[in-house]
Amino acid sequence: MQSAKWRNRKGQVVIRLLPDLSLRLWQVWYRNFLVFRRNFLVNFLLPMGEPLLYLVAMGYGLGVFIKQIDGVSYARFIGPGLVSVAMMYASFFECTYSSFVRMIFQRTFDAIIATPVNVEEVVAGEIFWGATRAALNSTMVYVVVILFGLGPVWLLPFVPVFGFVCGVLFASMGMIATAVVPSIDFFNYPIFLFITPMFLFSGTFFPLTTLPKAVQTISYVLLPLTHIVRINRGLILGHPDVTLLGSLAWILVVGAAAFFTALALMKRRLIK
Amino acid sequence: MPDVTKPTETPLVVAEGLVKRFGELAAVDGISFEIAPREVVGFLGPNGAGKTTTIRMLSCNSPRTSGRLEVFGLDVALHPREIKAQLGVVPQDNNYDPDLSVIENLLLYARYFGISARIARQRATELLEFVHLTDKSGEKVDELSGGMKRRLILARGLINTPRLLVLDEPTTGLDPQARRLIWERLRELRQRGVTIIITTHYMDEAEQICDRLLIMDSGKVIATGSPQSLIGEYAGNEVLEVVPEDGAATTVESALGECRFQKLGDKFEIFASDCPGALERIRNHVRLTSYSVRRATLEDVFIRLTGRELRD
Repeated sequence: MQSAKWRNRKGQVVIRLLPDLSLRLWQVWYRNFLVFRRNFLVNFLLPMGEPLLYLVAMGYGLGVFIKQIDGVSYARFIGPGLVSVAMMYASFFECTYSSFVRMIFQRTFDAIIATPVNVEEVVAGEIFWGATRAALNSTMVYVVVILFGLGPVWLLPFVPVFGFVCGVLFASMGMIATAVVPSIDFFNYPIFLFITPMFLFSGTFFPLTTLPKAVQTISYVLLPLTHIVRINRGLILGHPDVTLLGSLAWILVVGAAAFFTALALMKRRLIK
Repeated sequence: MPDVTKPTETPLVVAEGLVKRFGELAAVDGISFEIAPREVVGFLGPNGAGKTTTIRMLSCNSPRTSGRLEVFGLDVALHPREIKAQLGVVPQDNNYDPDLSVIENLLLYARYFGISARIARQRATELLEFVHLTDKSGEKVDELSGGMKRRLILARGLINTPRLLVLDEPTTGLDPQARRLIWERLRELRQRGVTIIITTHYMDEAEQICDRLLIMDSGKVIATGSPQSLIGEYAGNEVLEVVPEDGAATTVESALGECRFQKLGDKFEIFASDCPGALERIRNHVRLTSYSVRRATLEDVFIRLTGRELRD
């Protein structure tokens, strides 16, 4: 990426508007893919297991007590929620615990930045890899949703695309945490304060309208998953409306902001 | 003997008044040096002397605070990618990829340099041969011995056939056989014309493989020269070791007068070259439990220049 920059008289770059990124970042992505491929079956099939349990336990177990929710069966209601949660978990966890292990314990990043690949490319490669995992996992969950007859087949090719976009957002947020935590145990904070509340209060398992107005507002303003669930549910249950574009814009803007923030903070952590 | 202290060709590395601060602390405090092509230069110094910081700056991974630093005639802040493309780095930690096999580590690293798969495979095969790891090619790195891991990191640092190889404590923690194999490989690389920068805590290592040494302490270069010239200059040729009877230490000190010496418990180490007749003078005053004469070593120089206190 050729970016605007100001140089001083010595020609040193003083201010840079966009990070110094090149296609080399895909080599970092490829490194993670190579390792992922090692344990392909575990990595690829296991993500189907958990939503399967949720769908059976909640959709059909708990669902017996819930006749209809927003005009559909409970299983049908939570299907899009589970797809959304997969987009969040896969990318956030990849770019927190896994990235932290690579950065601190394996010193992989140090090894890579001794080559023509720079820090920004390492971090971008990690984020895009986290996003790839979000795409893969959410697709697998959607396959389960289809198998249970809870969603249309024609949406399947769009799930990984949207999963990747949302994955960039959550991977970047995970990377921001990775850039600031003093040790690996500190990831418990963003998980407790951000991820778990989102899991519960983004309209995943019950409609937001049951919550007090103030909580609804907070949910719309602050929680990315709320917007992702809206879009997924609107499309999968077949009642999209124009306000979903607002949610998409929210995801794109916040995602881009988180991406560039993650790059800047990680550079500060790694280059001293 | 060739004059190795003043490089004559265009230097590969030029540092001038180089400073690196971390807050108040000046980790590198205004050092200047040049490194000529095909030189093997060792950075010596106690922990915290600024060796690793210097190496990190010239590997373009730590921006300098002030001063000039050029590698291959290019400023490290302006041309990091061009410099790193021709630089081989062997870091202090073995930061290999534990999830991949020996050869996969090399092939993957080649990709970061943009080396094509075909050339990468050819070079990886040659390099595994070079570091005697050919039969370990398909094994997981975690299963290798310490010496083998180190050799793998050396091979990885050579995957881009660098003009300049930078090694940060390449043999720390290895057994003598493993160290010797690495030294032998480094000499071979020098034969092939690779310029080498190395940091080490081992004086024998510095003496074995370096043409020239820079001794650092508290962020400054305090002495520079070939191992032999440093020994001659700072320790003389011989060291007289004397152990006096109990309670006679102060008498020995006064008998030595202006002579340079160091104390190691009850033992005196006297730089004999510039202290003629020391042994006789001491024996005139006190009875000795034991005495001996040995050749001066680089370690004598090092301790003399940097003192005895522990640095952590």
